[in-house]
Amino acid sequence: MAATAVTTGHDTSKGYGKPFGISYGKMMMWFFILSDALTFSAFIISYGFSRFKFIEEWPIADEVFTHFPFLHGVNAPMYYVALMTFILIFSSVTMVLAVDAGHKMDKKKVTLYMFLTIIGGAIFVGSQAWEWKNFIKGEYGAVQTKSGNILQFVNEEGHQIAVSDFVTASHSERVQHTGDTGLWYQSEAALPTFTMADIQKSFAAHPEVRVRTQQLDEAGAKTILDRAKSTAALQTGVKMVEGANLKENEYGHPLFADFFFFITGFHGFHVFSGIVFNIIVFVNVILGTYERRGHYEMVEKVGLYWHFVDLVWVFVFTFFYLV
Amino acid sequence: MAHEIQPFFLGMLKPKNNIQKIWMVFALLSLVTIIEVIFGIIKPSVMVDNSLFGLKLLNWFFIILTIYKAYYITWAFMHMDGEHKWMRRSVVWTGVFFIAYIAFIFLLEGGYIYEIMKNSFITRDF
Repeated sequence: MAATAVTTGHDTSKGYGKPFGISYGKMMMWFFILSDALTFSAFIISYGFSRFKFIEEWPIADEVFTHFPFLHGVNAPMYYVALMTFILIFSSVTMVLAVDAGHKMDKKKVTLYMFLTIIGGAIFVGSQAWEWKNFIKGEYGAVQTKSGNILQFVNEEGHQIAVSDFVTASHSERVQHTGDTGLWYQSEAALPTFTMADIQKSFAAHPEVRVRTQQLDEAGAKTILDRAKSTAALQTGVKMVEGANLKENEYGHPLFADFFFFITGFHGFHVFSGIVFNIIVFVNVILGTYERRGHYEMVEKVGLYWHFVDLVWVFVFTFFYLV
Repeated sequence: MAHEIQPFFLGMLKPKNNIQKIWMVFALLSLVTIIEVIFGIIKPSVMVDNSLFGLKLLNWFFIILTIYKAYYITWAFMHMDGEHKWMRRSVVWTGVFFIAYIAFIFLLEGGYIYEIMKNSFITRDF
């Protein structure tokens, strides 16, 4: 780097210098990333706050995220998110290779690596959508109590079973109230598969089934109640919960689902906008815009953003799936 | 604009060119992720049963490895190692100190509310 007053950045008084020896665009991208990092840490810290507040009843991530594509019914905790982490780190690698090729003014290689980065990002967003689908759909179903706690069901071995595994529905005339059948401005959410009375009756008929509460024991596992306590706990149930949304969550505390949607959603939105920026830069690379401009700094700037998205995911992975 | 290639991994790895460095960092990040996943699946009882400052040793392990990964992404992939010292500090120090401060305050407060709900008159389970 040439040691002139302009490039070292100590003399900015004439208005054309570069403070810190970095271009205006890159510096502003760094400061944007800093502020965005503070936003993400606010999200993750508030997740930590809520988790510390309900430390004894927080859902166990290994029991929630157990799916892997094409492996139905196989209990595969964490492997899928680990794979997603690899995909994102790898797309970071192709991005940094594109930046490197840009320094060498190698248009062909920049094009190739930008393309691979976009593909990697798209695969990641798709994976996240699949993860959301599984989370929203739910697997076992549970009962929500009066105070908003979740009761799950286990068999004699202590493994969780689905509500539909032991409950038989009785005949019911109750239909979902929708806007087109009554008052147009009134409607209700989809009715749960089973009513509370069905669940209580079937539970009495299946002596091997027991109830599992949100409470974690000393070993960090969910507490399983005995038969008498299970029956008593079910009396406080108000309705069946299937899957997760912003209000209720069959895996445990509703805040877990809320934070999952907000944090991974906000991150997914960043990945999505990163892909859009990448596509814009990719088109400009193909058109030769940066070739004519004489430098590929735009690739560097969009690369900074892309790496930041990867950086955030590393933290989301830790705090949502590992810790 | 070509930056000098900085050695990394405590100066032990001295890549000859940028491309080589990128792949070395990728290998390192992958290795750390694999270690994290292995520990997350095994959950060694020594690390689960013992805790430091109210956090399990396993969780400390994960958090430290995460910061380790974040360091390499920022320094190697985002080329923070090539920026001017005060450019680097204006971004990194602001982030690190502010986040550490807020995290400390909020986690302490979360633990306090947990105590209140457990031992005081307020309950959410009725």
